[in-house]
Amino acid sequence: MDPKATDGGRAADDFLRGAWRENPVFVQVLGMCPTLAVSNSAINALTMGLATSFVISFSCLLVSLLRHAVPPEVRIASYVLVIATFVTLVDYLIQALSLELHAALGAFIPLIVVNCQILGRAEAFAQHNPPLRAFLDGLGTGAGSTLALAFLGPVRDLLGSGSLFGIGVFGSDFEPWIVMILPSGGFFTLGAWLLAIAWWRRRRAGAARMQEAS
Amino acid sequence: MSNAPAPSPTSSAAMYRALVGIGSICALLIVTAYLLTAPAIARNRAELLQQAIFGVLPGAVTIRPMRRDAEGRIGPAADGEKAAFYLGLDGGNRAVGVAIEASGMGYQDLIGLIYGYSPDQGRLTGMRVLASRETPGLGDKIITDPVFVGSFKGLAVPLSADSTRVAHAVEAVAAGKRREPWQFDAITGATISSRAVANIIAASTAEWAPRLHAQAERLQGVSGGSESH
Repeated sequence: MDPKATDGGRAADDFLRGAWRENPVFVQVLGMCPTLAVSNSAINALTMGLATSFVISFSCLLVSLLRHAVPPEVRIASYVLVIATFVTLVDYLIQALSLELHAALGAFIPLIVVNCQILGRAEAFAQHNPPLRAFLDGLGTGAGSTLALAFLGPVRDLLGSGSLFGIGVFGSDFEPWIVMILPSGGFFTLGAWLLAIAWWRRRRAGAARMQEAS
Repeated sequence: MSNAPAPSPTSSAAMYRALVGIGSICALLIVTAYLLTAPAIARNRAELLQQAIFGVLPGAVTIRPMRRDAEGRIGPAADGEKAAFYLGLDGGNRAVGVAIEASGMGYQDLIGLIYGYSPDQGRLTGMRVLASRETPGLGDKIITDPVFVGSFKGLAVPLSADSTRVAHAVEAVAAGKRREPWQFDAITGATISSRAVANIIAASTAEWAPRLHAQAERLQGVSGGSESH
């Protein structure tokens, strides 16, 4: 039986599509600005991923709940309003948790509003689907984004500042590669991961073809 | 949506209604979140500032917010009034120095900092950067480099003979070129950020140091009243 036929299977599918199969960063290569900018340390990357996940999933939920009430002419304006609201909530939340973290993420929290991953999911999925599915789809996309940031942040943190989550790893003799925490380091790291993932996908596709042939 | 029947154009009233409706829901959410998080945020801010003040005023056990009135006289700030600076008192209620917030342009954006100053010794007692967007790995060493941060402790702010102005402003010099007690080593690779810190402190001490020196006895006279630990 097609796993998508059951409710649980469909829910898992809604989640996994964004989290892995159509990963917003590694597959769709969307929302690069925040991805490159805040992945300069492990803690920044993780917080930004979680903040984005929160905004995506709840924006999709609200967009889906309001889908019959919003005239198509004003839908984009409505979605941006909804997204901006959740970004404001997450901004307050981070300030309440730690001002240091808030200072480190700086301008990038308000910029979650214009992350195209979010408007993309609202437009492509949430406005046509019931709330729970929309929420799961948003959560999946957020998880995918967080996963990608979790691939990038620690690498740049280790090489660029010699530490992980603020704990020194290499000792004081290590001269950090400052370029890795500057914007260009983001491109290097992302490029290396995209290469690795493309190589892995290709190998896997090749293995599947071999299996079919035999 | 290409196979759906052509939607009839929505009236302006309906669009207006939808946007006002969504706006109201959003406003409600934001106000609720604001009210819920405001106390925690205020507490975090106060804590951060408090930590910074104790950090730049070694020996202080009590901090008193201070004000300056229109004539330039200094005295304890009233409850809820924004402090012009903070007075640090030791266990015996003697003034150990003052902590002053100052800000100015850095390499990228405004740098906000707080420094401790002892009017009796005419020296700084410490410095902490509170807010900056300096380049990570280079300019942000003004926060993370312990040698740089430590070099402000004991930095001289000599006054002129009549004590009405600062004779030598604090100055950032290339590493190893330090000759005078009012000079400190700039961070290699972050010269602009280091100079920015020097300029911010120089501008602020030019305004405060002579005034605080002239009213030093008023500082010692501050005791009793409500204390904040």
